[in-house]
Amino acid sequence: MSPPASDHTASPLIFESGQDGRANRYFEREKPLKGYLPAAVLRNDLPIPDNSEMDVVRHYTRLSQRTFGIDVGFYPLGSCTMKYNPRVNDAMANLPALRDLHPYTPDTLAQGALRIMWELERSLCSLFGMAAFSLNPAAGAHAELGALLIAKAYFKDRGETQRDKVIVPDTAHGTNPASAAMSGFKVISLKSDKRGRVSVDEIKKHLGLDTAVCMMTNPNTLGLFEDHVHEITRAVHEAGGLCYYDGANANALMGNARPGDMGFDLMHLNLHKTFTIPHGGGGAGAGPLGVAKHLVDFLPTPYVRKNGESFALDFDVPRSIGPMRSFWSNFAHVVRALAYIYANGAEGLTKVSQLAVLNANYLRVKIREFLETPYDELCRHEFVASAQELKKTTGVRALDIAKALLDRGYMAPTIYFPLIVPECLMIEPTETESKETLDGFVDALRDIVETAKREPEKILAAPETTVVGRLDETRAARNPDLRWRPAT
Amino acid sequence: MYTPHTKADIAQMLQTVGVDSLDALLPVPDAVKLRAKLEVVPALPESEIVRRFEELARENAGASFISFLGAGSYRHYAPPAITALAMRGEFLTAYTPYQAEVSQGYLQAIYEWQTYICLLTGMDIANASVYDGATALAEAAIMAINENGRQKVLVSRAIHPNYRAVLKTYCDGLDVEVKELPVAPDGTTDLSELGRRLASKEYALVALQSPNFFGVIDMPDSATQAALKDTGTILVGVVAEALSLGALQTPAQWGAEIVVGEAQSFGVPVAYGGPYVGFIASTTEHLRRIPGRLAGKTVDSNGREGYVLTLQAREQHIRRERATSNICTNQAHCALIATIYLALVGKTGLRDIAAANLRRTRELAAVVSAIEGCSLQFVAPYFNEIVVDVHQPAKAVLAKLEQRSILGGVDLGRYYPEYANCILMAATEMTTTDEIGELAKALRESVHVPAGV
Amino acid sequence: MAQPEGLLYSKEHEWVKIDGDRATVGITDYAQDSLGDIVYVELPKVGKQVAQSAAVGVVESVKAVSDLFTPVGGEILEVNSALENDPALVNREPFEGGWMFKLKLDGDSQKAGLLSAADYKTFTKEG
Repeated sequence: MSPPASDHTASPLIFESGQDGRANRYFEREKPLKGYLPAAVLRNDLPIPDNSEMDVVRHYTRLSQRTFGIDVGFYPLGSCTMKYNPRVNDAMANLPALRDLHPYTPDTLAQGALRIMWELERSLCSLFGMAAFSLNPAAGAHAELGALLIAKAYFKDRGETQRDKVIVPDTAHGTNPASAAMSGFKVISLKSDKRGRVSVDEIKKHLGLDTAVCMMTNPNTLGLFEDHVHEITRAVHEAGGLCYYDGANANALMGNARPGDMGFDLMHLNLHKTFTIPHGGGGAGAGPLGVAKHLVDFLPTPYVRKNGESFALDFDVPRSIGPMRSFWSNFAHVVRALAYIYANGAEGLTKVSQLAVLNANYLRVKIREFLETPYDELCRHEFVASAQELKKTTGVRALDIAKALLDRGYMAPTIYFPLIVPECLMIEPTETESKETLDGFVDALRDIVETAKREPEKILAAPETTVVGRLDETRAARNPDLRWRPAT
Repeated sequence: MYTPHTKADIAQMLQTVGVDSLDALLPVPDAVKLRAKLEVVPALPESEIVRRFEELARENAGASFISFLGAGSYRHYAPPAITALAMRGEFLTAYTPYQAEVSQGYLQAIYEWQTYICLLTGMDIANASVYDGATALAEAAIMAINENGRQKVLVSRAIHPNYRAVLKTYCDGLDVEVKELPVAPDGTTDLSELGRRLASKEYALVALQSPNFFGVIDMPDSATQAALKDTGTILVGVVAEALSLGALQTPAQWGAEIVVGEAQSFGVPVAYGGPYVGFIASTTEHLRRIPGRLAGKTVDSNGREGYVLTLQAREQHIRRERATSNICTNQAHCALIATIYLALVGKTGLRDIAAANLRRTRELAAVVSAIEGCSLQFVAPYFNEIVVDVHQPAKAVLAKLEQRSILGGVDLGRYYPEYANCILMAATEMTTTDEIGELAKALRESVHVPAGV
Repeated sequence: MAQPEGLLYSKEHEWVKIDGDRATVGITDYAQDSLGDIVYVELPKVGKQVAQSAAVGVVESVKAVSDLFTPVGGEILEVNSALENDPALVNREPFEGGWMFKLKLDGDSQKAGLLSAADYKTFTKEG
């Protein structure tokens, strides 16, 4: 009998089972390879196992049961927008004429796909106030890189190559400075003010002839609306720089405010956040890259153009930075995102943002009763709590609270980010959660904090009901074991 | 949509928050208030969404044509068991496995992916996947540049043109020069000048793709491998058709230190170009520079075996501007699909599928080269793609084939002006004798035989 | 936190032991404690000329990474190869077995800007 998925015994690898020749019959047997190619170019061994379809299905079914997804439980991971992934989106992506369409299909024979890309692009332009979006980038960080490469090309075009500084708030996601470095820029980290926002006075200290780009998100990673954003973008423009909007928090402002109106020249979106593309364990995502009018010529190729009543892939964008990936877009995700926008329309998306913000504030107001919320004001779609006090009095840290939540059937919020809040928990419920779910989460969190005060060792031992306990990460890093090896 | 709030819920929650209306929850300064009327696609009930997309799908006439398109995206058979497993909600809707205790399933699957890639490429380590083959090549270039500090890279012109274009996009950002090795008349990379060019030790890497863009098997000989080693130039092997790894010598066997490529062939739909799944693998020497996520095995406090994301100090969320790559997501779900594919087909299946590809392509080659006005451009051994010279602009011939509902292949003139008369055609295990027959018939009618040929 | 006498300290949390024109450098107890379990140390190459305060390597822990700066300038003579297989040595013995590199000093004025044990103790309390 196979042990149940919750069994704490080890989970064997697929390589540890199977028998040579236990093949599934997907095709007819073929002649040996040396019938077609000289032996010198052929490999002599192929050390992967043959497993029956039954065993493979059991193996991966068991693995899925040892995985927590949004479908399993509440997933309040700040900055990730873990909202419900509608199944109709997957069904649409799976329509054969969309799923099996080859990227080199001539434009005239792919009008459906091109129209889908165009409709998404036009919708995103209007929602966020941009002149154009490229659907080329494969992820948010990928789009960020593209945006900075556009900035670099833009300044080179204007003979302003001395502009080599990118200003990034200290609350920014790590990809922001990393993308800057990959485009050859130097990073200046900006201290947030006491209200947790980017300060106009502070940024003015750093603006000058060497300013290339200021990267920001709004609301910021503390979940707070940057109410001076227009002054900041104006200041950056006066200094001759460009402004980039990190769209990770776009779920907080649809139908309410637009990055284009705030003065941003460049932005990205994460379709796998706001637009319900399933996260799939960490990807694939999709990261549309939006630009204002003056940067349209620099977009990656190809760009989807409407000519009269038909659509085409334009590879001749005049000053394009070039393509960012093998083909044109993560098209299956473009389908999903468009299906989601069709499910909502403008009014629906406005409601989405409103209810995301309502859910977050509801949690904030209830959680502040027993956990410190450093910024005690209206938040947007997420907020931060701090376990700093709890750590001082009981030794229980944000990490321990996170592990204790796992035992209670919840996914933990984001912890230790942003860096400026000690023992940080960043909580983002999203709009697809009901009041009962939120109440349950509050109760669980309250219980953990109270238990921490009475019997901290109980929380420090968490998680205890999961298939493994806390894992030795030091050992994993000091003695990396990154793959199975066949016995020699 | 998908919001469960009743009017009563909203009223109650607003009261708890202490605010009068939903609008009051999202105050914005006047200067940035939304004034424009939003123009997005109209809201439709779900049944209408389905109708709408079915309508849009019908506009893809090319989806039902007989197709010989390859060129980095391949039509292969994906057993339905893959979808049944990969679309399970736990796999589909999980995030990155940062809370390892509740993500053991995914972490183990990634560990298995990493292993499969190592076994197929002959490398020691592989990461949890990257966006696609093209970006994998760009990331490998970054690895090599950081390794030996050289600011130039040398890549074969027989590498997929889109991969080379993406490499250039990335290299422009880093002020790194990209130089090319020419194509030899037999379809392989012309390595005759390589020794001379390497002598200056200015290249961080040399990249070769095998099978290359033309389908030709393009492995460097031992003299070339030695020259690379002697000059401290890293050899990067590129594999755009991952299925070939089931048949051909591993890139490790032909001296690659870093192997990059595309695993779309392992059950990932062609989906008009994405999402796909790239891989990066290397010898242990390059462990510290390999970008992206890595799943590692360890134990918990009770000695139970488990998996975690490891060596995270290399990544952007910790290193920030000191990270060598900004990569955040991997292509976890596509990597899962590929892993399940490999588990289902196994050694026997992979060999048979590779053999079927070889057989079908040779059948295609024989039939096509027998047509008057058509000839095979290259003589070197090939995997599952061929280059057919039609002795007139390929564009025109392909247009005629389209009129007969056939997608004959890729017009090579699009990327290689000297091959404007050539079509790149692929055949896989999915290509039938009937399809080849239809193509032959259409070619005979489409290819104008010039006088004197 | 230990701050042995006889050593000089930098604000980047390195210590240096100076012996004539030779110096040994490592990171302090405070540094190893902040970083947590150290998993990898990237050391400069032997023979390399380094300037005072330059970033010469990297110290990685499970959850963090820190640049390794040199509190004095000179030529790298030796690096601690034991750290390759046992980076935990830095956690266990930051001032002894966990030393990182040795150099031949160029110039004497290097001591300016470095802190005494007492000053470093004050500095870390304020930090």
